[in-house]
Amino acid sequence: MSEIVVEGKNIKRDYAVPGSLFKPARTVHAVKGVSFKVEKGKTLAIVGESGCGKSTLARIITLIDPATSGELDLDGKKVDIAAGRPTPELRRKVQIVFQNPYGSLNPRQKIGNVLMEPLVINIDMPAADRRQRAMEMLVKVGLEEKHFNRYPHMFSGGQRQRIAIARALMLRPSLLVLDEPVSALDLSVQAQVLNLLADLQDEFELTYIFISHDLSVVRYIADEVMVMYFGEAVEYGTRDEVFSDPKHSYTKTLFAATPRADVESIKARLARKNAA
Amino acid sequence: MALFEIENLIVEFDTASGPFRAVDGVSLKVDEREVLAIVGESGSGKSVSMLAVMGLLPWTAKVSADKAVFDGKDLLSLDPAERRRIIGRDVAMIFQEPMASLNPCFTVGYQIEETLRFHLHMGRKERHARAIELLTLVGISDPEERLSSYPHQMSGGQCQRVMIAMAISCNPKLLIADEPTTALDVTIQKQILDLLMELQAENGMGMIMITHNMGVVAETADRVVVQYKGRKMEEADVLSLFENPKSNYTRALLAALPDNATGDRLPTISGMMEEGGFTPAVAQ
Repeated sequence: MSEIVVEGKNIKRDYAVPGSLFKPARTVHAVKGVSFKVEKGKTLAIVGESGCGKSTLARIITLIDPATSGELDLDGKKVDIAAGRPTPELRRKVQIVFQNPYGSLNPRQKIGNVLMEPLVINIDMPAADRRQRAMEMLVKVGLEEKHFNRYPHMFSGGQRQRIAIARALMLRPSLLVLDEPVSALDLSVQAQVLNLLADLQDEFELTYIFISHDLSVVRYIADEVMVMYFGEAVEYGTRDEVFSDPKHSYTKTLFAATPRADVESIKARLARKNAA
Repeated sequence: MALFEIENLIVEFDTASGPFRAVDGVSLKVDEREVLAIVGESGSGKSVSMLAVMGLLPWTAKVSADKAVFDGKDLLSLDPAERRRIIGRDVAMIFQEPMASLNPCFTVGYQIEETLRFHLHMGRKERHARAIELLTLVGISDPEERLSSYPHQMSGGQCQRVMIAMAISCNPKLLIADEPTTALDVTIQKQILDLLMELQAENGMGMIMITHNMGVVAETADRVVVQYKGRKMEEADVLSLFENPKSNYTRALLAALPDNATGDRLPTISGMMEEGGFTPAVAQ
């Protein structure tokens, strides 16, 4: 059995909503006890609608927010950021790519500096080496060295998402959390970015946690699938298990709601329409 | 006779580096009770062409067409006042970003009733009753209370329903839906699409569905126009488009769907263009 990169045990996260004169304070249970583990080089996809807690879980895994309770293990070691700030070594293990490439890059920062910043913060390294590594990474994600001194607004959405992926990979993480990385992109660009992710996964033996609400993308990229609904993992299994035999009613609803683009379903729809 | 017909539509914007042609000679036709889908990626001019029809482009845009007829009226020769009487009443549009297209300063009820007051000259009580009826129709619970909500107090799906309610308030003959479900979850997307198709069938509206999602096309359209860089690449009825796409661009678009992935990697459109299998010629 291969190495487990990340494991969550019964992770919970509550948010306290402060009360006011007219409303009492209350607690929102965003994630209600989720467990998972991912092996090295595999992809776990987390699916669910907005507000189901999938992004909260992503923030916990990326060590941005602490979990209220439960245990998170990275490379077999327990991590608790509520007890103290994560060390630079820990930061290097997990990185995240956000959904909206238009919002996640600082418009006043040149691409080169975007890529070098994680190195400045986390690694003691001479400036020339940093520059070298940023240049190599640019080429690796399908951009060119001449892009080093440009600003984010000079790039298209797909290129920006490549930059965000490059930034996440600068620290050579073992785990990459992808929070809806292709949902803001066009179909053809989406295909390019998905291919890039697959290439990078092969090259660096990356482990992905891929958050999405697009089931066709999930079916393409995932090894394992977790379906979340109101903070709970209602379904968890290998891709083939979940797609061929969904158990929970919400998963079935989700499958039924996904538009189908094959000839048979169009024929069926037209037949229904003509009959009506 | 077609409900709406436009021939050789051209939209140009002046830029620092000369005029930029966003829509380059597109011709469209929609019959009554027909759903036409316009598919394309961002920058293909699909939204711009419909905004031009609605007269919603800024003055910097140059719009020209050989022919633009709606319901027997020539849109090109109409003066602005006559145009405003048609737009919003007989031709209505649903915009992409429900949260951003509603006015945050006014209640939902005010915004729905504004259309009724302007186009149908209804009295206060009548408007109120009709607004409640419309919200019920689009499936919002507690419609009477909801009328006094502001857009920020509603979810994205609810805002989109309000937009739909506004658009259908005057029983339009033609409904233009510009990416009505792009900002929404799949389950909500399904509900909104079902609602639109139901309303379309009931009222016998013609409908133009602008989208980049092939799944949405497959689920809603009768006929499809594929656009790329401002030009029409292909026009076909929905079944033959998916069964037997004529243009290379459509084929590339369909192949890029993750559903159709056969190997380890997805074919990409630029890859196909480099292989020389792609010629952006206008399909006639």
